[in-house]
Amino acid sequence: MSGIKMPLPDRATMDKRREIVKALQAIVPGEGVIHTMTEMRPYETDALTAYRQMPLVVVLPETVEQVSQVLRYCYENDVKVVPRGAGTSLSGGALPLADGVLMSMMKFNQVLDIDYPNRAVVVQPGVTNLGITRAVEEEGFYYAPDPSSQIACSIGGNIAENSGGVHCLKYGLTTNNVLGLEMVLITGEVIRLGGKHLDSEGYDLLGLMTGSEGLLGVVTEVTVRILQKPETARALLIGFPTSEDGGRCVAEIIANGIIPGGMEMMDELAIQAAEDFVHAGYPLDVEALLIVELDGPEAEVNDLIGKVEAIAREHHASSISISNSEEERMTFWAGRKAAFPAVGRISPDYLCMDGTIPRKELPRVLARMRELSDKHKLRVANVFHAGDGNLHPLILYDANKPGELKAAEDFGADILKLCVEVGGVLTGEHGVGIEKRDLMPEMFSEDDLKQQQRVKCAFDEKHLLNPGKVFPVLHRCAELGKMHVHDGQLPFPDIPRF
Amino acid sequence: MDTTFTPTNTEETREVVAWAVANANPLEVIGQGSKRELGRPVQAAHCLSLSKLSGVVAYEPEELVLTAYAGTPIAEIEALVAQNGQELSFEPMDYGPLLRREPGQGTLGGVLATNLSGPRRLKAGAARDHILGMEAVSGRGEIFKSGGKVVKNVTGYDLPRVLCNSWGTLAVATTVTLKVNPRSETSASYVLYGLSDEMAVEAMCTAMGSAAEVSGAAHLPAGVGDKEAKTILRLEGFGKSVDYRYKSLAKVLERFGQGARLKVDASTKTWREIRDCTPLAGGHDTIWRVSVAPADGAKFVAALKPHFDFQCLYDWSGGLVWIKPVDGEQHERDLREVLSACGGGHAMLVRALSPVRAALDVFQPQPLPLQELSRRVKQQFDPQGILNPGRMVAGR
Repeated sequence: MSGIKMPLPDRATMDKRREIVKALQAIVPGEGVIHTMTEMRPYETDALTAYRQMPLVVVLPETVEQVSQVLRYCYENDVKVVPRGAGTSLSGGALPLADGVLMSMMKFNQVLDIDYPNRAVVVQPGVTNLGITRAVEEEGFYYAPDPSSQIACSIGGNIAENSGGVHCLKYGLTTNNVLGLEMVLITGEVIRLGGKHLDSEGYDLLGLMTGSEGLLGVVTEVTVRILQKPETARALLIGFPTSEDGGRCVAEIIANGIIPGGMEMMDELAIQAAEDFVHAGYPLDVEALLIVELDGPEAEVNDLIGKVEAIAREHHASSISISNSEEERMTFWAGRKAAFPAVGRISPDYLCMDGTIPRKELPRVLARMRELSDKHKLRVANVFHAGDGNLHPLILYDANKPGELKAAEDFGADILKLCVEVGGVLTGEHGVGIEKRDLMPEMFSEDDLKQQQRVKCAFDEKHLLNPGKVFPVLHRCAELGKMHVHDGQLPFPDIPRF
Repeated sequence: MDTTFTPTNTEETREVVAWAVANANPLEVIGQGSKRELGRPVQAAHCLSLSKLSGVVAYEPEELVLTAYAGTPIAEIEALVAQNGQELSFEPMDYGPLLRREPGQGTLGGVLATNLSGPRRLKAGAARDHILGMEAVSGRGEIFKSGGKVVKNVTGYDLPRVLCNSWGTLAVATTVTLKVNPRSETSASYVLYGLSDEMAVEAMCTAMGSAAEVSGAAHLPAGVGDKEAKTILRLEGFGKSVDYRYKSLAKVLERFGQGARLKVDASTKTWREIRDCTPLAGGHDTIWRVSVAPADGAKFVAALKPHFDFQCLYDWSGGLVWIKPVDGEQHERDLREVLSACGGGHAMLVRALSPVRAALDVFQPQPLPLQELSRRVKQQFDPQGILNPGRMVAGR
């Protein structure tokens, strides 16, 4: 385990472990409570595997009533709870606590309602992202957000992280595609938000829940919007001698009013690794490779392919291929989709970062990243959601070499600071979790973070849900609630009022 | 002492709120005051107007992002982005015609605080789907920022979205960053005549479920705007694409009859009227805005008919129904009971005199646990109830 510290476990809670297990068994009968070390082992980490921690006990409820009772028990007995979906978080969002109950939602795996006239599907949170599309694809529909882990990640986890994917410039993030939720508060109260209608009653707590990383409540049901599959999709594979040319081409495509379904960029090392792995036919003599996918009605797609091709030529593209079949399109994507495992082949370990930057800053950020690579003496491969500015630098390291994980983490922190410096953010779609927790002050002032934590207090004043994630310093709610009232002078008497 | 404060920057805004907190003087927060007749009336002696906190701070068309002060007129922003072939794709409606005011008023802050949208909500979402970040002054008199200036961001809680539809009761936004989008090259509408409400909703849901990428689906029953009922479906995009999809849509809707094409100008005019509910705007009497599951729109209207006479207009494929009772009364209980029996949704009393809006639930009442949670959220932003007291719920 490296630099990031978790809150010290509470000895008294750990001493009560046997009693807690018993209480949970009374609520969730049979195999729903896992408490032996061997059986708990798979839960000790998520996809941020550098960090591991055995939970106090694992519980797998099957009904909303059980979720409610478990949470109420934990609330009444001051026991912490870490909710977990499929465990694919890249930011350590589901990292267990030694003194906390790990609540896995994977038994909530049913599709409850498919409603084509309203283009809505109601599912339980453990259904996978791809599972939603699978349930409706026969009728020509799909669920648009497509994080790269979509085969495994759960929709509940997608809510927690506001997951994106390659299509979100055109089709939005999770938050733009969720219509309603049922969730349970730490007190055990069940709350429903939104539904198949669109106007929301009161504050937009649905929007707040999306991206709240399991700190506010446990989602037990999700209603999402489904879309009709585009009639066709075609892709261009464009190589550029410099990343500046590639960056300018992306800006020009958008300036022409074209919003591609997907627009992905890769740098030299990523291209090389992907090509060696899947032989997608990527050009190897370019500094940047751009995949532009256009989807929609055939007439539109064919027209736009020509327009994008012309723009690419104006921006010194050194190679352009255009897909003429579904097979060819898939080949273009094969390398990009395999980029992470491809990098995994050329390095024993890698850290995947997730900053977002204004698109125009790409050349500057790539140049600075090369300098940082020299400074930290580690290689970095870049894949980039060029359409929305979301950058995934993969830092290559070897965990068995002393000090390399630390160097990789330092390199990662430098990259994220750079993202903030150019006007971007720490995380586009992976979440803060534990990984970026201590970097939050790079982006937010103390007042900013305090107001965020006050929102937490409205949901969970005892800080029992997923503590130690997202916020670098935990403030007690009583302390956060204090008002600092200044003198009562009428403000700026010299400005106009009437 | 009724005072209107007009701060010109964030720090001055903070000073006003801090003063109000220190003296326990609630504030009515407004932009231009164009939506004062909407929602519940505020009980506050003093007013914080953002009308002088105005101007676009940064606009980069190729980044699809715009940052402006909250008091910037929305018309100014729409004109600026239009010069660059862009638009706010959530198509914020103009409440002017319904509220018997001049059209084209209102500020960016007001659009967000009331989470405005338009017919394109079905495809592009509402204001809440386009806000990226903001700086604001909380009811504690503290400046905080949240979100960012990029589309993809999950760094911390999404407070900007919470401020959308909060009617100025949580914090006073001072600077806002929005996503903008390219404006469609052209548009056209496909009109079906003489459909019953039930058939119209079925046609609209069929169209929305097709690959024709319909960006507006509205139904004007007979006698609303025209003698004959009209069901209107909008297509937007590149010229060739619109023509192509027009043909495929006509085919998908064959069984609903032969439709006619509205060309770009007529289409644009029609959709502006639908967006602003102009066909029902005449007079001063009660108007309700009811949001239901789209496929239930006609069912809701049919179930309501035995209770009282009204005119109505459907947008959002049946998911938004504007209701205008013929006798000018509110009929709140009937309306909410029928809504609940038809699967639930959200009903808002849009037009009524101030004492009426103060006396009944303007917004959809919430179940108790949600009501309590909302109260606690308010408490965390504005513990003393300084900002817009009574605007959403009586007593807070």
